[in-house]
Amino acid sequence: MTWLTEWTAYLPQMMSGLGVSLLIAAVSIVAGYPLGLVLSVMVSAKNLASRTLALAVVEIGRGAPALVILYLFYYGLPKFGIAFESITAACLALIWNSAAYSSEIMRAGIQSVDRGQLEASSALGLAQRHTFWRVIMPQGMRSAIPGLMGVAIQMFQGTSLAYAIAVPELMKSAYNIGSQDFNYLQIFTLAGLCYAAISMPATWITVFFEKRMARHA
Amino acid sequence: MTIMLTLSAFAIGIVGAVPLAVGLSSSNMLVRLASRLFVDLVRGVPIIVWLFLLKFGIQIGTFKFNPVAAAIVGLGVVSMAYLAEIYRGGLQAVPRGQGEAAHALGLTRGTTFYGVMVPQAFRIVSPSIATYLTGLLKDSSIASTIIVAEMVFQSQSFARQHPTVEGILPYILVGILYIVLSLPVAYLSRRLDSRMRKAVYA
Repeated sequence: MTWLTEWTAYLPQMMSGLGVSLLIAAVSIVAGYPLGLVLSVMVSAKNLASRTLALAVVEIGRGAPALVILYLFYYGLPKFGIAFESITAACLALIWNSAAYSSEIMRAGIQSVDRGQLEASSALGLAQRHTFWRVIMPQGMRSAIPGLMGVAIQMFQGTSLAYAIAVPELMKSAYNIGSQDFNYLQIFTLAGLCYAAISMPATWITVFFEKRMARHA
Repeated sequence: MTIMLTLSAFAIGIVGAVPLAVGLSSSNMLVRLASRLFVDLVRGVPIIVWLFLLKFGIQIGTFKFNPVAAAIVGLGVVSMAYLAEIYRGGLQAVPRGQGEAAHALGLTRGTTFYGVMVPQAFRIVSPSIATYLTGLLKDSSIASTIIVAEMVFQSQSFARQHPTVEGILPYILVGILYIVLSLPVAYLSRRLDSRMRKAVYA
């Protein structure tokens, strides 16, 4: 029971950390998904230059660990005179990450749309632009939703990496509290519970959506 | 060190996930709930938190984890949970008729499971396992935060000694190295997959 009373004492500081974590996750999702959409369209573009560029951005974002990208933004770019605050660097790195992962999911979603839909729209005389935005895209995005929710959860957990560049997020506040009285077991358990309290229900909701989609497929 | 970490954690995961996956698809509700809770809890908490818990939190008498052991155990347990989920998906994807047919042929439950269900499930999940392995390779970079001297940690110390522009080089190099390291895994998995497909349809 002593743990519980001490936890309530730590809670305000932890909550401010959690707020920063959620903020970074939200930014990386809100900015990353539209970018991912652009990338997913570019990857299947006819223009070779834009295709190669998009492919490089996606493959680096997915292939290199988020931590490495984080360090590149925070420690690497200042050497060329481009310096960020730690929280900006974290947001930028995670935006790249989420754009890369979400673009792959959206691409798969768009590809999963039946070819007949494309043929039908062209038979109906729809312009290519309308075919893509009004016919293919809405259907493709629908099947991409569970995957995108999964990436969102992954992004929220990924914000914990921002600890490594001293962003005052949940992990950092936990570490600060822990280093005051060396109660690491207790405080990291609380931190873990905070993360789990958000990720676990989110996962369950995702699974629920997946099942519902499977039923209507 | 990166490769050592990845492979040791993967070894723990791939073996430890078997009982977990059996638990997840058990017909006993209590067992199923307990394993589901364990898997979701492990997956719901970021890896860095598990590593810090093991490295700084655990102290039994004079025993404390050294960084490498903490990283291997932490990554191992996390991969156990993820792989268990993959195994369960594979077992579920095997057509129900296979189990019923095996039962009708009078096979025992053990033979049905290990001789009929598992081989087919493995064929289904082998690409997912390979994908997870490349993910684990990248996640092993998190071990640098608890002072394990793997690739990212090495490039950090290099950058600290070279505060000029060239200090950025190791990060770029390491980034490329991760991508290159994941290539053979992808290649092997594609070959394994196509070979097993041939074995089925030949």
